[in-house]
Amino acid sequence: MEHSSEVKTMGTELGKYKTCVSARSTNKEILKKSQDGGIVTQLFAYALEEGIIDGAIVAGQSDEPYRPRPFIATTVEELMTSRGTRYNISPNVSWIKEATRSFGLDKIGIVGTPCQMQAVRKGQLYPVGLRDVPDKIALAVGIFCMENFPYQSIKQLVEDHAGVKMESVKKMDIGKGKFWVYTERGAVVQLPLKVTHKYEQPGCHVCLDYVANLSDVSTGSVGSPDGWSTVFVRTKKGDDIWGKAIAAGCFETKPIEQVKPGLELVSKLANEKITKNQKTVEERATFGVNKALRNPYISPK
Amino acid sequence: MADKIKAGHVHMSGCTGCEVAIADNYGGLLTLLDKYVDWVYDLTLADVRHIPKMDVALVEGSVCIQDKLSVQEIKETREKSAVVVALGGCACYGNITRFGRGGQPNQPQHESYLPIGDLIKVDVYIPGCAPTPQMIRNVCVAAYLLLKGTKEQQELAKKFLTPLMQLADRSTSACGCDLMYDVINQGLCMGCGSCAAACPVRAITHEYGKPNVNREMCIKCGACYAQCPRSFFNFDVITEFEAILELFDGALK
Repeated sequence: MEHSSEVKTMGTELGKYKTCVSARSTNKEILKKSQDGGIVTQLFAYALEEGIIDGAIVAGQSDEPYRPRPFIATTVEELMTSRGTRYNISPNVSWIKEATRSFGLDKIGIVGTPCQMQAVRKGQLYPVGLRDVPDKIALAVGIFCMENFPYQSIKQLVEDHAGVKMESVKKMDIGKGKFWVYTERGAVVQLPLKVTHKYEQPGCHVCLDYVANLSDVSTGSVGSPDGWSTVFVRTKKGDDIWGKAIAAGCFETKPIEQVKPGLELVSKLANEKITKNQKTVEERATFGVNKALRNPYISPK
Repeated sequence: MADKIKAGHVHMSGCTGCEVAIADNYGGLLTLLDKYVDWVYDLTLADVRHIPKMDVALVEGSVCIQDKLSVQEIKETREKSAVVVALGGCACYGNITRFGRGGQPNQPQHESYLPIGDLIKVDVYIPGCAPTPQMIRNVCVAAYLLLKGTKEQQELAKKFLTPLMQLADRSTSACGCDLMYDVINQGLCMGCGSCAAACPVRAITHEYGKPNVNREMCIKCGACYAQCPRSFFNFDVITEFEAILELFDGALK
């Protein structure tokens, strides 16, 4: 595996990155319940075992099915309970200070959506209320994200539209233009994304990042074959940890140029998201009669 | 070093927590004083009785308008300083002093406390209670670069400080309610959790992915809104986080 210090950019839609590969975990236990290639779980498991992080803020289980809550995993066993995607909001950044306090973490791992990676980096540069947190972020893993949903939206989609009880769901997935619900009994229900759009979280519609440009390492299914994930290695920290994990045999990898559908699809979807949301941001400027909605990219006023 | 800037700490009605936060840069503070700053005024550290001319004044605390000396000193601070920084929630927004209603010995008539921006023009805000040592460090380094850096560094420092200048321009009052008014009501909240992490009194919880503010607990320090990535998010600065963090860290080594 080659590690170049040169930073490539395919166009700004994919952010800065040093390497991009298609990868999957070599651990069968992780892959049993992972969403795709088990990248996040595997990377954190490796980092935990090697002492690169002493805990990871992940989307854990709650008392309602498929409703995540931020959870601090300090062992691989705990980490394993959080495999897979839940498609609704887990305010992971809300624990970033507490992780260093009641959990006593000095080297935090955190996984999050692109907006949550933005929050982490803003928090490091402008730590208004994050005393002693900025230098404790050891590994920030971002996940590709087109949009997110409130919990009630997911419930409505699964129970009303797909007609499946939340308790019976084995896996949810968004891919190939559809929202998929798999049940424990083996039934598969698919909804066209046209149905899901109106249930999206409104705050997502001004987001200008698809592939978590500000993470150390970002990953998602798009671009890679089923069961594999596309991985961008972005920062020095990310490059260092990813390189060690590869050397330790944590991942199988394939050059992204050699897999289908490849980087072109990632780029296409990223551009679609950014173009659509850029338009939303612009439309907000003339939303009322000579009255604008606020633009966070210009000013906090 | 000849090219140091002159800075100081002006103490209005505050608890000295902001000043402790400056000191909590530990060894970094000494480097700051060695390399970049002449600390020319500070009630607790410098034997100087009257407010001198300064490049940067860090003002802690709100102004008691029944206290003539405070009112006179905040005006004098403005006259004598090129850059006035409101350091901490009280100077920016009134913070806990908003709840003052007098009746305390030995000056029971001291009952009205205003954020400094209600009496003078303020250039930069560092909200929070207490403000964090790292935020103070970042602003100090940026302020130094703005005044003494190369052209490139000045550009970067200006871009870094701009949102903090915009916060100063935005309001002299803050509350957890800002999250409702200016983020959720504006259709911008995406439930990242930054506000809850920033809140010093744990007044914010997330029910179903959106902040819920216990308004009785809120002390009005302004940390939650300033921390929110949807209050301000300057792509040109934050995208360069790796290099800028190295710069900030490196400056104090």
